[in-house]
Amino acid sequence: MNGCPTPILPAGAFMKQDNPTYDLECLDIAKNFGSVRAVKGVSFDIPSGSFFSILGPSGCGKTTLMRMIAGFEEPSGGDIKIKGKSVLGVPPNRRNVKMVFQHLALFPMMNVYENIAYGLRCAGFGKDHIRRKVHDVLERIALPDVAEREIHQLSGGQKQRIAIARCMVLDPDVLLLDEPLGALDLKLREAMKIELKLLQHQFNTTFIYITHDQSEALVMSDNVAIMNQGEFEQIGTPQELYHRPNTAFVAGFVGDSNRWSGTVKASDGTGGKVETEQGLPMSFSAGAGQTIRDGAKVDIFVRPEFIRTVRTAEAAAIAADGDNRMDGVIDSLLFNGANSRVLVRTGSGELIESDVTLTGDNDLKPGEDVSLVWSSKQAMCFARQESA
Amino acid sequence: MQNKDIKRLTLILLFAPFALWILLLIILPHIGMVVLSLKEKVAPRVYEYSFANYLDFLHEPIYWNTLLRTGSMSLLVTALALLIGFPIAYYIAKIAGPRARGGLFLLCLIPLWVSDLIRSFGWILLLRETGVISNFLLWTGLIGQPVEFLYNDAAVIVGLVYTVILFMIVPLVSTLDGMDNSMIEAGYNLGGNGFTVLRRIIIPYAMPGIVAGCIVTFMLSAGSYLTPILLGGKNSSWFTEQIYNQFITRFNWEGGAAFGMLLLLFTSIVIWLGLKLSGQTLANTVAKS
Repeated sequence: MNGCPTPILPAGAFMKQDNPTYDLECLDIAKNFGSVRAVKGVSFDIPSGSFFSILGPSGCGKTTLMRMIAGFEEPSGGDIKIKGKSVLGVPPNRRNVKMVFQHLALFPMMNVYENIAYGLRCAGFGKDHIRRKVHDVLERIALPDVAEREIHQLSGGQKQRIAIARCMVLDPDVLLLDEPLGALDLKLREAMKIELKLLQHQFNTTFIYITHDQSEALVMSDNVAIMNQGEFEQIGTPQELYHRPNTAFVAGFVGDSNRWSGTVKASDGTGGKVETEQGLPMSFSAGAGQTIRDGAKVDIFVRPEFIRTVRTAEAAAIAADGDNRMDGVIDSLLFNGANSRVLVRTGSGELIESDVTLTGDNDLKPGEDVSLVWSSKQAMCFARQESA
Repeated sequence: MQNKDIKRLTLILLFAPFALWILLLIILPHIGMVVLSLKEKVAPRVYEYSFANYLDFLHEPIYWNTLLRTGSMSLLVTALALLIGFPIAYYIAKIAGPRARGGLFLLCLIPLWVSDLIRSFGWILLLRETGVISNFLLWTGLIGQPVEFLYNDAAVIVGLVYTVILFMIVPLVSTLDGMDNSMIEAGYNLGGNGFTVLRRIIIPYAMPGIVAGCIVTFMLSAGSYLTPILLGGKNSSWFTEQIYNQFITRFNWEGGAAFGMLLLLFTSIVIWLGLKLSGQTLANTVAKS
């Protein structure tokens, strides 16, 4: 079920209202706080059993969206359907949507067993059934021996897993996760990313993961929605978002980019020549779904890994026809193992980031004259938004 | 070396007022009370050490009945203060906005700006036979003749709850304030209804504050003098009144001292029992808030 090949399209694209393969459908959902429009008509469907992330900068409305799905906020407009049924007006304790809170919100006055059993007790299950279920879920999260521990005796990663177990024991239709990795240190966060993905596979439940950390979203998700200022900019697989962003915001937000602003000098609609504000000519290809006209103000994004850095003497050999080429001097070298990078200062004084492979033998050094070469296909171009 | 001496001197100077206060106003008087309570007057100006004053208390039912009555009524006052104070504290800590919170808290404090005497007098104005409530009921025709609302147990309890409720609200607000809102939301999210969330999550979380508030209000209520006397009249039968009578009316300092020690012992036992029953300790309740 995972890695579901069905691409997610905006809900309006096809009107299958009660399609049971969607665990969650949001139709044009909006939320206003007074005059502030926190969420502005967002629509999406999430297929059963997939890992869906909502990625956006803080204050983009993603938490409000999640709270509406959980039932803590009432939408100002639109509809939310879980398993095909509208849940508008259904109080949070009657929705089969469980939530892992940002700070987990484990109950400190109960031990692990009681924390997990709480939801089952609320549902009115018998004692034996609860005992079996709790021990079963503890087995599944690979913590069979912690039932009698107090919450403060657990490590950060264990708390995380207990918070997920507490929800999963209730067999929710959808599990919401609100940046639960934010409080963990880097190493544990990396480990938990993989673990969350594995847990999602294991439980085969739809996970909706809210985050502002793009690496969390890209690594774990089947599909990611990029949210900005209350709207979805793009929904797609991590690869689509990374390689074929629809908007300048997505191109700049997902992954690292070098960014130039410029004016189009010659264009055939899908590609052409542009002159940057620094006066450098550059060839580009239009971003997905964009038509770039002559004279348009544009932003151009080039990812560091697509820029090849070579010593100026060797540049002519590798630069193919139509490639962009820029000369400069290595300003500094940011060594980070496989993710090493050089900062190159060009003739016009700007700094360009480029990924390099450092082998430890005859490597580039600061102060060397180099040429930067990249294909026009990798120069993604977007018409400038007036507000940007 | 010199630095260390200065540190020590600072510590002593800072600690001195506290130590003096404890020693002169708490420990010394109590030692004096214990010594005094163990003396028995055998002849004019002749005293012997004995437990006679304590035996007097046991032999005279009116004394220990008064003590039990004071204890049980104080427990009732504590329970009422908790029942009324909890929703107020919950509103201040969890529902009111950050700006309203300060104002509401201040409103709770206002009664403390007025002396005990004036506050009790306020209740007298309301409750007496020619008071506001009686006159109002006469005017509406609900009663045919003036009714005396003062000088009964209900008046005493109302007055005491009013006096002590602030001391219930303050620790409750501070514990509820420390509770993450998402914990309450998690309680609902996992399927609990309002009552379950209150019983399984909010109350257990607030338990240290509840116990701290209960201890303070119980002590204040059992040890109060003015309110029971003014609102309950001469027959309010509050134990502090017995102590007063022994010291002042009967000039029996030995008996009064014994009663004082008994009240202290009694309230301590009640609080110890309360802590045992609620599974809390002094360290995580009163000391915490």
